[in-house]
Amino acid sequence: MSTGTAVAIPIGRRLRRFLRDQPLVPLIVLLVGLVIVLEVLRPGIVNERWIANTIKFAIPLAILASCQTLTMLTGGIDLSVGIVATVSAFVMATQVTTHDPAIAIAISLLPAILIGLANGIGAGVFRVHPLIMTLGLSLIATGGLQVYQRTVLATGSAIPDSLAWLGTGRTNGVPNSLVLFVPLAAVIILGLRRTGFGRLLYAIGDNENAARLSGVRAWQVIVVLYALSGLLAGIAGLVYVGLIKAPSLSLAVPLLLPSVAAAVIGGTSIFGGRGGYGGTIVGALILTVLTTLLTVLQVPEGARRILFGFIILAVTAAHVRITEDS
Amino acid sequence: MTSESLLDASGVCKSYGPVAALRDASLTVGPGEVHALVGANGAGKSTLVKILTGAVRPDSGRILIRGRDRKVHSPAEARRSGLVSVYQEPALIPDLDVADNLRLTGTPVDPFMKWVRALGIDKLDLFETARDLPLAVLRILDLARALAIEPDVLLLDEMTAALPANLAEKVLDVVRRQCETGRSVIFISHRFLEISALCDRATVLRDGETVGVVDVEAGVEEQIVELMLGTRTELGRAAGKPQQSAGDRRPEGETPRLRISNLGAGTKLEDVSFDLQVGEVLGVIALEGQGQDELFGVLSGSRRALTGKIEVDGTEARFRHPADAIRAGLVYVPSNRVDALLMQRSVRENIALPFCAGAWGPIDMAKENVRVDGAIERLQIDTRAQGEVQRLSGGNQQKVTIARWIATGVQTLLCFDPTRGIDIRTKREIYSLLRELAAQGSSVLLYTSELEEVQLVCDRAVVIFGGRVVDVLPADIANEPTLMRAAYGLPREVSSDAIPGSAPAHGASGIELGPA
Repeated sequence: MSTGTAVAIPIGRRLRRFLRDQPLVPLIVLLVGLVIVLEVLRPGIVNERWIANTIKFAIPLAILASCQTLTMLTGGIDLSVGIVATVSAFVMATQVTTHDPAIAIAISLLPAILIGLANGIGAGVFRVHPLIMTLGLSLIATGGLQVYQRTVLATGSAIPDSLAWLGTGRTNGVPNSLVLFVPLAAVIILGLRRTGFGRLLYAIGDNENAARLSGVRAWQVIVVLYALSGLLAGIAGLVYVGLIKAPSLSLAVPLLLPSVAAAVIGGTSIFGGRGGYGGTIVGALILTVLTTLLTVLQVPEGARRILFGFIILAVTAAHVRITEDS
Repeated sequence: MTSESLLDASGVCKSYGPVAALRDASLTVGPGEVHALVGANGAGKSTLVKILTGAVRPDSGRILIRGRDRKVHSPAEARRSGLVSVYQEPALIPDLDVADNLRLTGTPVDPFMKWVRALGIDKLDLFETARDLPLAVLRILDLARALAIEPDVLLLDEMTAALPANLAEKVLDVVRRQCETGRSVIFISHRFLEISALCDRATVLRDGETVGVVDVEAGVEEQIVELMLGTRTELGRAAGKPQQSAGDRRPEGETPRLRISNLGAGTKLEDVSFDLQVGEVLGVIALEGQGQDELFGVLSGSRRALTGKIEVDGTEARFRHPADAIRAGLVYVPSNRVDALLMQRSVRENIALPFCAGAWGPIDMAKENVRVDGAIERLQIDTRAQGEVQRLSGGNQQKVTIARWIATGVQTLLCFDPTRGIDIRTKREIYSLLRELAAQGSSVLLYTSELEEVQLVCDRAVVIFGGRVVDVLPADIANEPTLMRAAYGLPREVSSDAIPGSAPAHGASGIELGPA
């Protein structure tokens, strides 16, 4: 208890406070660090083409992770995004053989919104925990997709040129998917800060009772939120199928856990009330680079997954430790 | 004295941070004695009880049980040393049946059943789940369970509060018989009738100190009330308090902002009627648990009323959600800031929250700035600690909860003990603010546990006891002794200085106010 320490804020605390106010800084440092490690291990790998590829793969993940960010801000989660994205992609690919691409895309987003709406009604009106609700609907949607597949066995599938252009194409070296993603990300980031709806997500996640006392009808917000999450997942599915070009019944399912991880690494609290989409985007980029890194190291598949899991846990734990108040 | 007393606690102190809950409390209970423990809200009763039963550790002080020094660190230890308590809230685990609950605490079943019968419950199914039993029965079972252990000292906290008259009578009976066998009872109650009927002596607490031990005899109520009040330091009148109350200025026949008729809710609020006028600050005075929580819950839309009606500006209103109450102009400031604030969010977002509730679209930042800055300036909120509200001081946090409604243009402010646990300067600022709002035509309903606030800010005060309005007083006669007596359900003292020549007619009695 010397007077020196009592007056001056300790550097550790100051650093924590800075990191807490600027949560993006350590994430960007980590991202750059990973890229440097990659470049050191495989000199010359980091070029324009590699960067464009990384961005192309990060974008569908980042869109899916936006669903987690938005729902986690209210203290929820959306575990149906993997299958919802798959449903959209599959329905679009089968409908496009008989319909105009624009109409096929519209049709394919409909089930995505409906599943989201059902999630929202379950979580908001009937107060089923979002974890259970969205997991339950994933199961239903998986079954529904299999039933649907039987009815379209004869039609075959295709990827419209527009989606292929969006998913894989580059213009002057810049991935075309940025055309969709940049405005989308801007809307989400600004929407969270500068719209009543965005503020309410934070409010509900921070203190639902306080929000209630201020006249917020939380269930309405929750219903709209999960419907929106479904729509975003559907869009992610369309972008992803444009990139992978092979619709299947489990297309985007493996992206589910990384989407949660991207949001968590990005600094969104799973308990609600804290976080933002900027961090999530960086989180998605980190995960994509990490995947490349593990591939380049030629780690066998099993070990790669083990490492991947450990790294996600370590980064998350470190992040929580740094940014929580001590 | 010490050697022959069953329980002897002396010099007990306990502080929570900078707040001293107990400064120097003592309590001595002799064998075969029923000893009342009384004190106004916040006097330290519950802290002392928690210390005696081992739930809280005292900072200093000595507790002797049967003359032996006992360091009681847990309720189980207190029980082993012969002190058993029955709390205000039922203690049985709701999802277990009665038999399992008994097994859990190692209570012998036969004596338990004997006591249950003695307490007036003839039929009890031991395999009924506790959740399905009525509240009164649960209280009786708690008591029977305590008695079955044959404690030396039994501590009863507001035991009779939830009981119908016949069961309450049985309880008092049993307590009396308990004492004939040389055991003692510590009896905590707000009801003077019971205290004078049952107790031998009473220990009075005020501001965390034992200020007196009196023998219970005729006229002891006066003595106790005096002790509870003591000589308190005056806070000083708030700025802007008009000498003339709003009730006097009001033209005859004007519709009140809020008219409450025969309102009942939950188990505690039975039948409350009063008017809140335009431009009035109306105090609500009640001891803990007299139904004020339910009253404010109903008015703020977070609870449903069972009976009665609410009229806002002459139109009947029914609130299903706080949003309904807010639309009708009734906004709620809870005493616990944790209930009202988004602790991780900024001052701005906290103040702007009610706007976002109704407008999901883009926020007009310029407009928001004007509103938020205006409210911050008006309440002089110290925003140096930018960022999260949890970094603000308690007083500043409370200001934020009020600023939120100032920014919306408040019509009726429902304040539930808004100055609890905040510093004197902020208290004064809040008083002036409430007066200012009233002067501008808003109405304020102010529940307060600090009696002096009635004369500092209110025009009138409604006193609630046992879920009913027992008195309505104009502020000029609502000094602390008068309020304290009324809050304990005692009739109004007729003394020379308490007869108001100019008391408004509507303030004379609560009974006249209710519709016939």
